[in-house]
Amino acid sequence: MMNIRKGGQWLFVLLLTIWGVRFAYAQSPADAELLSTLGELREASFPDKESIVERLTKSAHPSVRSVLTAFMEERLYYRNDDQKIVIVKSTEGDPPTLDLIDPLTLKEGGSAAVDSLTKIVTNNGLRRMLRTTIARFGLSSPDAAVRAQAVNDMLASLDEPTIALLQERLSVETDGKVRKAIATALALAELDSSEEAKQLAAISVLRGGISQNVRNKLADVADQTAPGGSAANGAVHKAASSAIRTIDRWRTFYSGIETLFFGLSLGSVLVLIAIGLAITFGVMGVINMAHGELMMLGAYTTYVVQTAMPNHIGISILVAIPAAFMVSGLAGILIERTIIRFLYGRPLETLLATFGVSLILQQLVRSIFSALNRSVITPAWMSGTLQLNEALSITYNRLYIVVFSLIVFAAIMLVLKRTRLGLDIRAVAQNRTMARAMGIRSEWVDAMTFGLGSGIAGVAGVALSQVTNVGPNLGQSYIIDSFMVVVFGGVGNLWGALIGGMSMGIVNKLLEPYSGAVLAKIFILIALILFIQVRPRGLFPQTGRSSENN
Amino acid sequence: MLLHQRARIGVLSAPAGSAPDARASAWFLAALALVAVLVPILNLAVPPSSSFHISAYALTLIGKYMCYAMLAMAVDLIWGYCGILSLGHAAFFSLGGYAMGMYLMRQIGPRGVYGDPILPDFMVFLNWKSLPWFWHGFNHFLFALPMMIIVPALLAWVFGWFAFRSRVTGVYFSIITQALSYALMLAFFRNDTGFGGNNGFTDFKDILGFDLHSDRTRVVLLVVTIVALAASYLACRTIVSSRAGRVLHAIRDAESRTRFLGYSVESFKLWVFVFSAIIAGVAGALYVPQIGIINPSEFAPINSIEVVIWVAVGGRGTLFGAALGAVLVNYAKTYFTAALPEVWLYALGAMFVLVTLFLPRGIIGLLPTRNRDKS
Repeated sequence: MMNIRKGGQWLFVLLLTIWGVRFAYAQSPADAELLSTLGELREASFPDKESIVERLTKSAHPSVRSVLTAFMEERLYYRNDDQKIVIVKSTEGDPPTLDLIDPLTLKEGGSAAVDSLTKIVTNNGLRRMLRTTIARFGLSSPDAAVRAQAVNDMLASLDEPTIALLQERLSVETDGKVRKAIATALALAELDSSEEAKQLAAISVLRGGISQNVRNKLADVADQTAPGGSAANGAVHKAASSAIRTIDRWRTFYSGIETLFFGLSLGSVLVLIAIGLAITFGVMGVINMAHGELMMLGAYTTYVVQTAMPNHIGISILVAIPAAFMVSGLAGILIERTIIRFLYGRPLETLLATFGVSLILQQLVRSIFSALNRSVITPAWMSGTLQLNEALSITYNRLYIVVFSLIVFAAIMLVLKRTRLGLDIRAVAQNRTMARAMGIRSEWVDAMTFGLGSGIAGVAGVALSQVTNVGPNLGQSYIIDSFMVVVFGGVGNLWGALIGGMSMGIVNKLLEPYSGAVLAKIFILIALILFIQVRPRGLFPQTGRSSENN
Repeated sequence: MLLHQRARIGVLSAPAGSAPDARASAWFLAALALVAVLVPILNLAVPPSSSFHISAYALTLIGKYMCYAMLAMAVDLIWGYCGILSLGHAAFFSLGGYAMGMYLMRQIGPRGVYGDPILPDFMVFLNWKSLPWFWHGFNHFLFALPMMIIVPALLAWVFGWFAFRSRVTGVYFSIITQALSYALMLAFFRNDTGFGGNNGFTDFKDILGFDLHSDRTRVVLLVVTIVALAASYLACRTIVSSRAGRVLHAIRDAESRTRFLGYSVESFKLWVFVFSAIIAGVAGALYVPQIGIINPSEFAPINSIEVVIWVAVGGRGTLFGAALGAVLVNYAKTYFTAALPEVWLYALGAMFVLVTLFLPRGIIGLLPTRNRDKS
């Protein structure tokens, strides 16, 4: 089925290509002019090339912009045999043959060997000019984001014609963001003015900016106008310095938000781990030292799923979530049925036995996958960053992990509060004897509870595979932290795990810049020991009968 | 869960100081004495060509086992008799070792690679100009010796005071001790902490003027270790058979009840914990000159947990069982890591599982006893 559909796609592309090629021969006068102008590029010197680019800009041909972009990115070539100018699709990875694009129609048109093509070379000056020129095209784009990007590209070379163009655009621009970007660009240009009033006006506009670009420029002005500088001017210097202080305050604020976000994302990892622990450790009173290794199994499941479907990396992570839940959950049920059920009520012995299990699991993956780390690919939709403004960007994978951990948390809450299984689990946790008397099969509930907690560990492993190395020691590096989360949050309380995890993550990241990662951990440990003095049973202590069990 | 909890009580309650214990004590001490006499003779007096000769390597190995036996005994004292499962005893062991290591480093003097008469090599390497304050005095053995006891004891006292006062018990205590050891490991891995960072201390030359590499010094160190092991055994035995020992039992089996009877549970726990840390510290101090290296990986949480398995394998709540377990498990480890390295972790893991499931009394529990199971 797949093959037929694929074949269909290829056929369609082929038809399009033929259609494109046929039309390429039906040249209009504009096409002919573009071709001849482009042809001149082959032999031109750099100054000539600049004038050719200007002529191209003036021609109204629809594909000029793409041709110039290709030129700037050094993808403009000519064929050695017929001297025809072509655009190369990509030169990444030095392939022996290059896919070609026709400069007139912008349709794909065959391919050619690298040595049958000659590149039309550029230099720095030419590329700068091209960037501004292309930005001008961008300025008239219907997409506001493209226009804003175009303005930012122009910042590098703010000459007279560019400024005139920007002013012209400002008079018709309606989008707030683009207007602001243009105002910033114009103010940056005004900064170089020799009139004090204009400079002051520009500074007052720039005061609201936060980009590194604006700050650097203001710092330059402040230096030049400082007493003894090349253009000493007290008023301007004062205004510039104060603007820099304002900008710095905002930048500090945004970097604070960024730290907070890092803390939240570390916290969500801890929450994901601690939810599973809170269930096995809290609800069942079982301390599972193999929890970290169940996470490791989840991470390796992600790796295996990805290896099994190399062409669908984007979906593989979504497939891996239920797969990891099943693998770790089943492993958990197996551990519960064969070991833990004989040790209920002997928490210290359970700790030792599950520690033994963790050693066996570690060695198992070493035997199967080798001791080396496996690399799990981050799917395209999870990589990249979300640029909120010039000073604040957030990576998607961290963002998704925060969201994911909240979803998992909500799902577990639903299972525990709204399903029959959840009711049974809570009943057995509160009073095992009474629950049995009411006809609940406590053994079955134990196995399911342990499976649930272990399955969540597997799901946490999928998330971890996106932020850390997948290796046999994956579990150990997080397990001590997450035990501390459970102790901090209060045993057997999911809200405790959530709030405990998030606050530990944030405190960790807040301390790190001042003390380094290691000391931050030590501080947190000391703080935790002191905290237990005040609230020996964590933030959300268990109340009622079940809390009196020691 | 309440029901299970009650069932736990009475799993292990051999009366302390009963007749079989006294007889086993005698056997244990006799065995130690035999090792202390036989090994030096076989090493020094028997020529290397003879098949009875004990090599320097084997000598060091036996010394290592004896140190581990002391550490296991320290853990058994609090776990077997007072129900406190510490997963951080490697920290006390390492602190004692580091105190000894600091003395040995200062003894190197100008014989180091950089030849600095005062600063140890790693400080010269880090471009430090003077000795940090906490390194002063360690060139005197009479200062270093009490430090090997005071440092672990102080840490145990401060930590235990906080933990027991707020009634951190059971698995909570285990996890917190594990985190303590982990945090110390991280701290010692840092170069700025001032203990040689990643590499720790090594390349020792001599102790009290005796060359550490000569067989004679090694033999003396081994004998000292065996004497220390025997002394700590006697001390622990005295504690557990005293009236205070009975209170420790009571705390292990029914903590709340003991508290309601008017005993200060916290101070009993605190003092036995500190004493146990001291034994661990001395064991560490004796370990370092024989092995010739101490580094932060000694703090690793897995080391502490391994100690617990030695005790469990040997038989908790017997003291000599812990020592026996330490020697047997470590002998197995030495053998397996050389012969079948990939099997070792499986074996260790399986040991944890099988011993907790099927041998709650350890190997000692397998020995035929006439009146042990009265309770």
